[in-house]
Amino acid sequence: MTISGVALLAICTLLGGFLGDLLGSALGVKANVGGVGIAMLLLIAARLWLTRRGLMTAGVKFGVEFWGALYIPIVVAMAAQQNVLVAARSGPLVLIAGVAAVLVCFATVALISRVGKKGETMDEIEAKARARTPSAGEPTV
Amino acid sequence: MEILKHALSANALLTAFAVVGLVMWLSNAISKRLLFGRVHGSAIAIVIGLAAAFTAGLWTGGDKGVVDIPVFAGIGLMGGAMLRDFAIVATAFEVDVVQARKAGAVGALALALGTILPFIVGSLIAVAFGYTDAVSITTIGAGAVTYIVGPVTGAALGASSAVMALSIATGVFKAVLVMVGTPIVAKAIGLDNPRSAMVFGGLMGTVSGVSGGLAATDRRLVPYGALTATFHTGLGCLVAPSILYLIVRGIVGG
Repeated sequence: MTISGVALLAICTLLGGFLGDLLGSALGVKANVGGVGIAMLLLIAARLWLTRRGLMTAGVKFGVEFWGALYIPIVVAMAAQQNVLVAARSGPLVLIAGVAAVLVCFATVALISRVGKKGETMDEIEAKARARTPSAGEPTV
Repeated sequence: MEILKHALSANALLTAFAVVGLVMWLSNAISKRLLFGRVHGSAIAIVIGLAAAFTAGLWTGGDKGVVDIPVFAGIGLMGGAMLRDFAIVATAFEVDVVQARKAGAVGALALALGTILPFIVGSLIAVAFGYTDAVSITTIGAGAVTYIVGPVTGAALGASSAVMALSIATGVFKAVLVMVGTPIVAKAIGLDNPRSAMVFGGLMGTVSGVSGGLAATDRRLVPYGALTATFHTGLGCLVAPSILYLIVRGIVGG
């Protein structure tokens, strides 16, 4: 059933949000600490568990993957409601601080990516996966 | 016209699906026909979204972008925290556990650096612009971490509303820069594998910036970046008003 996939996703998201709030208040912070991350870990665990038990039906998969596929349009809707005007108008401090922070972080990402051993790229990983299961189709975006 | 307006506002979420769908279609067409695939369709769509928010802000004087226009109110629901988190969690379905585990330790390192480095940069610039009190410096520094850490820190420390606004604006500007800049620098910083995506998520922080930027770079990297980015705001809210504030106060006094 498709709804069981949607429900599974909703339960993981709600539970993650709840645990994130609990963690936040336990730490004395007025924020959700890692709620989405916890929810993601729950969903990954649920997927492994369901697959092992043979309960991962096409309906469950579809219910979750549908929302994953809607992710980019949702990000576009999110971008359309940012207070871009204030960000653009509030003067040089904001511009300089924003640009400097982003540049420093980009540089650090480059550094860490180079230092460690080179990981497999998404293309290589997918090519390997496809070699294992020749019937697997391209993910539709 | 009135009847059309009513039909659109009464079905706000459906209107949002239709409008965003059109924008996505248009962006993909621009990407393919005009730019020959050099800029990803999602990146163009996000820039269109930001531009629309800017124009709407000018027109309505509100602070929620196109959502302040009644007909587009559904965009607020579609792109709001609820559905955003719902969709981000859904992307975890594609996470390759083996890959994610490989990047665990380096992801944690990235998280720590991603909080401390922007904070130092933001604080130094606040000092350069003449702020001398620890509360203002910390609040602006926290804004450079993310636009949620900024106001949370400011509220906890009792910063002035002007400083809070600066802090939020810095964070929002950073998120916008990350969304737009990521596809441009992706190749140069080695952003083509799950490990670097997790490092990226931990370092850049802002969930909106990271998810938007990665979506525009390579859709498959989104879950890995989001997995670490989601801990970023919580970590920032935890250390900025406490440890980092005490350090700043220790340096500048009072």
